[in-house]
Formats: sequence, C-alpha cells, structure tokens
Amino acid sequence: MAAGSTTVTRAPGASALGASRRRVGEDVIKGLLFLAALISILTTLGIVLSLLRETLSFFGDVPVGDFLFGTEWSPLFADPSFGVLPLISGTLLATGIAMVVAVPLGLGAAVYLAEYATPRVRKTLKPILELLAGIPTIVFGYFALTFFTPTVLRDLLGLEVQIFNALSAGVIMGFMIVPTIASLSEDAMSAVPSALREGAYGMGATKLQVATRIVFPAALSGIVAAIVLGISRAIGETMIVLVAAGQVPNLTADPRQSVETMTTFIAASAKGDLSTGSIGYQTIFAVGMALFLMTLVMNAISIRFVRRYRQVYE
Amino acid sequence: MSAQAPVIPSASRGDRVRGTAFRWALLSTLVLSCLMLGVLVWDVARDGVPKLSADFLTSPPSALPRLAGIEPALMGTIWLMALCALFIIPVGVATAIYLEEYADNTRWWNRLIEVNIQNLAAVPSIVYGILGLAFIVRPPLQLGRVVLAGALTLGLLVLPVVIIAAREAIRAVPPSIREGSLALGATQWQTIRRQVLPAAVPGIATGVILALSRAIGETAPLIVVGAATFVAFNPSGVTSPFTALPIQIFNWISQPQTEFKLKAAAAILVLLAILLAMNSAAIYLRNRFEKKW
Repeated sequence: MAAGSTTVTRAPGASALGASRRRVGEDVIKGLLFLAALISILTTLGIVLSLLRETLSFFGDVPVGDFLFGTEWSPLFADPSFGVLPLISGTLLATGIAMVVAVPLGLGAAVYLAEYATPRVRKTLKPILELLAGIPTIVFGYFALTFFTPTVLRDLLGLEVQIFNALSAGVIMGFMIVPTIASLSEDAMSAVPSALREGAYGMGATKLQVATRIVFPAALSGIVAAIVLGISRAIGETMIVLVAAGQVPNLTADPRQSVETMTTFIAASAKGDLSTGSIGYQTIFAVGMALFLMTLVMNAISIRFVRRYRQVYE
Repeated sequence: MSAQAPVIPSASRGDRVRGTAFRWALLSTLVLSCLMLGVLVWDVARDGVPKLSADFLTSPPSALPRLAGIEPALMGTIWLMALCALFIIPVGVATAIYLEEYADNTRWWNRLIEVNIQNLAAVPSIVYGILGLAFIVRPPLQLGRVVLAGALTLGLLVLPVVIIAAREAIRAVPPSIREGSLALGATQWQTIRRQVLPAAVPGIATGVILALSRAIGETAPLIVVGAATFVAFNPSGVTSPFTALPIQIFNWISQPQTEFKLKAAAAILVLLAILLAMNSAAIYLRNRFEKKW
C-alpha cells in the first residue's frame, strides 16, 4: 500500500537481514578464532604422534600379545617381561574403589545443592566443595600416606593393610573426584528450567519426585559426562597412587595390598635416567598409549551418551 | 462450563518421611566431603605449622632437613603460573568464542574440534607430560627442561578447562541479548565484544582461575617433563631450569626421614594458602557478578 515500503516475506528463522556490505575485519576475526581452536587439534595430534612413534619401536621388540596378555611386568630386569595386565588391574582396582566413594557422594551433593539447599547454605557449602576440588593431588597423596593409611585404616578400622595399599589411595582418590562429579552434575541440574519443576509441582509431585524423576533425568547428559570425567580422572591420576599405593606390579584384587598403576609406572620411570631409544624408555610410551586409549574409548562412549540425552532449553 | 477446582492431594505421611530421609541422606554426603577436607587441612597444619618461618620461605632446598627451604620452588611456581596464564587466556577464550558463536555445527571440522576438546579434557595429565617431553622439551620445539616448556605443558593440560568454562559462560548468555544487539545493527563481532563477552566475563574468569589452580598443583607432567628436583636458584628467565612447589613437596615426601615429611607438610601449607587466595578470588567473582537470566 504505502509507497517505499518493501516487504519481503521469508520463512521465519531464515536470515533476512544481512550486512549491507561484506566486512573484512569480521572475517579476519573469525579466522583468528578458528586458528586458536586448531591448537586443540594439534595437541591431540602431538599426543598421538609422540606415543605412536615410540610405541611402534617398542612393538618391534616385544610381541603385542605378550604385552596385552602377559601377567608379569618387570621391564627393567635382566630377563624382562612385558605383561601389562598387572598395571591395568592395579589401575582398575584403585579406580573402582574411588568410584564407589565418589559417585554416591558426588551425586548426593549435587542434588542437594541444586534442589534442596537454601541460597545461603548453597553459598557456604559449594565453595567448600570447590576448595576440595582445588586441593592438589600431591596433597591428597601426602594425606593418604601419612594419615589415612596409618591412622584411619590401621588404628581406627583395624585393617591389616600394607603401608602402601590400593584401598587408601582409592578412597582418597574418590574424595578427590567428588567435587568434579558434584560440580558438573549440579550445573546440569541447575540448568533445567524452573518451568519443568513447576509443572511437576503443579501436578502434585513431591520434592523427592521432582528431584529424582524430573530434574535428574533432564540433567542426565551432564551427569553421565560428570561421572565419566570422574572415571578418567581416577584412571589418569598419578600422584596419589604414586605416593600411597606403592610401586609393586601386582595382579591382585585385594585392596589391602600394594599395587602399581600405569601412571605410577610412567612417572617413576620418567624420573629415572633412561636413555632415549632404550627398551625401558619405550615402555613409558607403550604404557602411555594404553592409558590414552583407555580414556579415549571411554570418552567416545560418554560423548554418545551426551548426544542421546542432550536437550536444548530456552 | 464451570469446572470444579481440582483437589490437590496433600503429601501422604509416607511421602513426607521419604522426603525427609532423602534430604538428610543428601546433606550427609555433602557434609562427609567437607569433613574430609577439614581433617586433611587439620592434619597438614598439625605437621607443617611448626616448620613455617621466614627462613623456610627464603632458603634454597638442602640435604639437611633443618636448613631446607622453598624459595626456588616458590619462584618456579610463580613463573609457571604467569606464563601459563598468558598462554591459556587468549587461546582458551578465542576457542570458546569460535565454537559458541561462529562454528557451523554441520561442518565436520567444527564437530571434530568439539569432540576433540571433550576428549582432551579427559586425557590424563601424565600423558601431557609425555607430550611435553616428546614435543616441547625435545625437537621440534626443543626448549629443553626449562620453565617455558613446563608452562606450555601445563597450559595445554588446562586449556580444555578454560575452553569448557568459557563456552558455558558464553552459552549462558541468552540468545535474546544477541538478537537484540543484531537487530540494532551491530555486526556479529560487535555483538560478541560488547554484549556477550561482558556478560560472560565472570564465568570465564572463574574458569581461568580454576584452571590455574589445577595447573599450580600438577606434579605428574612436571616430573615427566623434567623439572629438576634439586634446583638451588630461582629461575632467571623463561629458558631457566626450574623446580616447582609440588615437585619439591613430592621430593620431600619420598625421603625416608620424618623431618623431610614435615617440611613437605609446611610446603603444602604454602601451596594451599596460594590456592585459597585464588579460589577466594574465583568465588568472589562468581557471587558478585553471577546473573540468573
């Protein structure tokens, strides 16, 4: 009707308003940001290449089957054997113990903080949890070795544990992981829109039902991601097990005994003077590769989980 | 039609008991974790406080536990953190902005970057040590066992932490803010620079501080990269050999003498004091500026 007004009809959501002219600056900025994002790709490439190079020469000397299925690990002996199973079992034992502690404590804390805590309680307790997250693992190692093993496990509980043992390292590692799980799950639960809760309340749900049947499922993607991140932190944790679990390759399920994890072996060997190219030096990379692949597979699974359950709000 | 108001059933007795039990169970998990932190701090303080003194802070390490101090380790840690921050803040924030504001998720390379960062976040810290040893200490970068190599290794390690925190902060800014800005004629970068980033700064800053406080206590990668355990002088530049607080602590814990273990406790107290300061800053930032949209 009115002259001069040009009405363009488009489907809603289609970009109708473009810039009047192309702006080079905008493209340059986008390019720079992309380059920064590439650094993470280069990091992964670097990790894979550095591990692969030495691992391949390692497997030139040691058959893959001996490494994967051998039950004895003594790479630096005169008559070496390279069975990685004792290191893997040590890792899984410590990780299992840690998750038994960390999952219930972490999720409990998360649900409480997200759904129950008054703002005042939340502002007091959450920072304390974050302080726990900020404690360096070497400090946990000190605590496990000089307090938890002698005072709690031996004196208080009367367990006959070795001075270096998987139980102490595992439990303390569990506490180390609580904030990781709690904080990430709580973020996920807090991100669930209030409308979902109010809808449930409106239909007569109790607080317990809202927390467990509305908020928890709605935040599941974040919760799974949190737990998996916790597991990989436990598998990859070095200092607690290095200080408190010992350095004895031990194919056992007995948490009172000393075990050696994959990470412990890497750290202890890298600290020593192994000449480049020696078989001892290459074992560091072979074990590192095994460690890296374990976390990689787990993450692939977790990312699938996250995709399946992810919901977009707003 | 006149509908009758629905009768809202009040919670039954069983519901109330279950609700209360659940609430207390949740609270107890939280209290247990906090309690454990309290015991830890108490234990370390009991061992370490008697060993704290000005001499302890300003002496080099020594074979005699009585004389041993942490000055080179403390200076090494400060150097590491400063260099690490210079590396992770620009790279981390830029990556987060790219992924949240620019990346077209239908392109495979953008999805690759995203999945890759999720993976990197879960790569064990000691693997970064191996990366640092193989690529930064030795060729191609060939920096040697120096402060800069340690800082870059730690930087790569905590970069995903920064990126993830920054992304969450950016994502928390509602689309309506962006739409408003774009509708007023701002370009995409202007929108990001003037609307999105300022709103996301508290979240990003919290993430950076938490990333640094993870880096400051990391011991394993530095062991592999080769921070020397016995360095009696302070770093003089980015290419100086170095030690760091957590390395010093680990070294002392590994000694058989009890006296050295107590020194380790004292060094832990210093490390915890630094961490407390950093965490307080992060918490202050969040509480002061956190927005609920």
